Amino acid sequence: MPGIKDRVAIAGVGCTKFGEIWEKDQEDLLVEAVYEALDDAGITPQDIEAAWVGVMYSFTGMSGGTFVEPMKLFGKPVTRVENFCASGMDAFRNASYAVAAGVYDIVVACGVEKLMDEGSSGLPMEGGHPVMSGTSAPAMFALAASRAFHEWGWTKEDLAHVAVKNHKNGVAHPKAHFRRAITVDDVLKAPMIAEPLGRFDCCAMSDGAAAVVVTRPEIAKTMKHKDDYVVAKANALAVDTLFPMWRPGFNWLGFPATKKAAAMAYEEAGIKDPRKEISFAEIHDCFTITELLNMGDLGFVDPPKAAEAVRDGMTEVEGDIPLNPSGGLKCFGHPIGATGCRMLYEVTKQLQGRADGMQVKNPRLGLAHNLGGPASVCSVTILGRPD
Amino acid sequence: MVAIASYGAYIPTFRLSRQEMSQAWGIPGVPGERSVANGDEDSITMAVAAGFECLAGIDPASIDGVYFASTTPPYTEKQCASVVAGALDLRKDIFTADFTDSIRSATVAIRAAYDAIESGSAKSVLVVAADNRPAEPETMWEQLLGDGAAAFLLSKEGPATVRGFQSVTSDVIGPWRRSVDHYVRAFEPKLETQYGYMASMVAAAKALAEKESLGPKDISKGVFSAGDPRAHAVLGRQLGLEMPQLQDTGFLLLGNTGTPQVLMMLAAALDAAKAGDKILVANYGDGADALLVEVNDAFPAVPGKRPLQTYLMTKRMLPNYNAYASFRKLMDRDRFVPKSSPVTYWRDSKMELALYGARCRKCGTVQYPLPRVCVECGTKDELDEIKLPRKGTVFTFTLDHLVGGEYLSTPVPRIVIELEGGGRIFMQMTDCDPKEVSIGMPVEFTLRRLHEGAEFHNYYWKCQPVRGG
Repeated sequence: MPGIKDRVAIAGVGCTKFGEIWEKDQEDLLVEAVYEALDDAGITPQDIEAAWVGVMYSFTGMSGGTFVEPMKLFGKPVTRVENFCASGMDAFRNASYAVAAGVYDIVVACGVEKLMDEGSSGLPMEGGHPVMSGTSAPAMFALAASRAFHEWGWTKEDLAHVAVKNHKNGVAHPKAHFRRAITVDDVLKAPMIAEPLGRFDCCAMSDGAAAVVVTRPEIAKTMKHKDDYVVAKANALAVDTLFPMWRPGFNWLGFPATKKAAAMAYEEAGIKDPRKEISFAEIHDCFTITELLNMGDLGFVDPPKAAEAVRDGMTEVEGDIPLNPSGGLKCFGHPIGATGCRMLYEVTKQLQGRADGMQVKNPRLGLAHNLGGPASVCSVTILGRPD
Repeated sequence: MVAIASYGAYIPTFRLSRQEMSQAWGIPGVPGERSVANGDEDSITMAVAAGFECLAGIDPASIDGVYFASTTPPYTEKQCASVVAGALDLRKDIFTADFTDSIRSATVAIRAAYDAIESGSAKSVLVVAADNRPAEPETMWEQLLGDGAAAFLLSKEGPATVRGFQSVTSDVIGPWRRSVDHYVRAFEPKLETQYGYMASMVAAAKALAEKESLGPKDISKGVFSAGDPRAHAVLGRQLGLEMPQLQDTGFLLLGNTGTPQVLMMLAAALDAAKAGDKILVANYGDGADALLVEVNDAFPAVPGKRPLQTYLMTKRMLPNYNAYASFRKLMDRDRFVPKSSPVTYWRDSKMELALYGARCRKCGTVQYPLPRVCVECGTKDELDEIKLPRKGTVFTFTLDHLVGGEYLSTPVPRIVIELEGGGRIFMQMTDCDPKEVSIGMPVEFTLRRLHEGAEFHNYYWKCQPVRGG
């Protein structure tokens, strides 16, 4: 299988500020992010041949019209992509395949979500069927936390260190939702959401949009970022069980979707030892426990040792393997459909040495990890400079 | 011959001190405490719980009919017995009926079951009775009533025989509820006690004793329903019985449980009975029913089966009246009602109510809900439906402060359960102190009213700490 290694390039990136953006709607956000990406790539809207837009909730938008209408690019082939919280990075996967196949030369992958407009606290719930009733995102991930506490002796304080680290990084990022450092004590004293997860163990509910211009390397060489465009070394999507709580034998000490997507991505990129070869990563820290479990699932650390590694500073921006230098979902925010493309925005700019916030030193390969649902969908992308 | 083949009772976990109720309103209090159904319990769920106790060790396929007796049927139009039959996983070709509108309906249902068996139209009939009667706030009724359920299996054979029915009908108004009334209404109590309760009970019990040639000394126990302990004592005297011969009404620990009261009392009497005992049962409500229960043999011990005493002892005290008010939804609140669908509820009823999962013929994995393709080995359509056990242990959990729950029910414990014998299921925990939840903790399942989506009662299972475990 040829895959997409070195066959797809990112020619431009854009991202709105994330946050509770009451005064703007999804049209404002999408237009801002896409125009920023187009400017970054040095192209105009008319240069876009096709687009994929990641949106999770129908109240944000349905159909390709979510992109076409605000951009007034009538007649373009555009598809809405929905794959839980990994919708944004799956939009990138679809866009990549189209340019790698040679069907189009220049396309856009983007994502947007307008959570504040729903007017509910926490993600909207359906919860109708008695068997499924009331399964919230924090509750699902708290089930994993309880099990890790039981098996590995992790504590609430271990989780708190993840939040503190990500807030520390996010403070430096002008586009992050929160710009405030927090302490372990703040995390421990926060109100409970789904025990053992408190408010500061949960990522922000945010509005936002992000976009990337996707093309082939030979075309990127002729564009504005001809000297510092980045290429995809791998992209993999794995979809696992929708119902981990019913799955016999599911151990809750990590997520099979991440393990599978990471294994595929490492194989495509030719990575043998991710801890050494990946320079830094933006990983899906929807909850603090998720970041710790991701570290094991992505092969950055022996899984039970993840909490200790965070305490030891391994994942700080100056550490061995910086994780979420942007602040992550925890501090940067998590407008569902936008997050995957926001990660690609961050990884691209880090690799180009023009990070908005904390800059990782001399990165070679950056990984973006986007997890969705009750840990059922995972997309992993590895970006690097062309060889 | 018609016999009691088995019986069981159920008392909700929660109790409230009557002192708390009197203090809440600044009205006089009576001593003791009352049982309080949790906010997710109703007459159907309590009847199901009693039904499971009754049917412990008995093949549900052997039951030919279910009679549900209650003055608080959760549906006014739609049968409740059919819901009970579904949850107890009884055969489809059985006769089901609701007996309602009078607290006497428990013994009316017993008599109907007796007649069905006597006539040969059924071999065994399960009678379930439950009530959680609505008491008007700021009245003594709140303190006097209690919630509970009982179930009796009548059959051709059994350790205790039933016979000699004697009934009286009486049109004394009290207590009553019109279809527009929210709470139990009552007549002038003195008049009702004298011309309603006493007149009917004495007439029915005396006629029965005469028919059976029983003197007061021949009666081992008198099981007489009563809302008022004083009237109960007076009745005993009028029938010539000494205090030790009177089965306690449960007034001090439970309150007047209404329809199931007489059967809960009979269950307690049978728990303590010995071979040769004769139990005179009389039940009041728009007249009275009397019957004689004769114990021929000890009821067989069934592993895991709990006597009424276990339910009486395994209790949690509610901290205050607010908890009761919240359970009873006495205050108008804008409540989130989840979506539901009568279509999926109907289609999935075997999985939801009767609690069926599946076992793969190829790899043996137990799984829930029933899939088309095995979750473990991927084999298609080679899964056998299996009845899941109603117990397991906590594999992992969270205490959810975000979604669902009300006063005392927040946080909602959400539990991944390792089923006894394999497989997993995901449920809320109820009737517990969330602080006590831990991994490895044994739990049992209890049918509860989950929500009112699509404006019908959505029943599903929750887990709870094992009572008396």
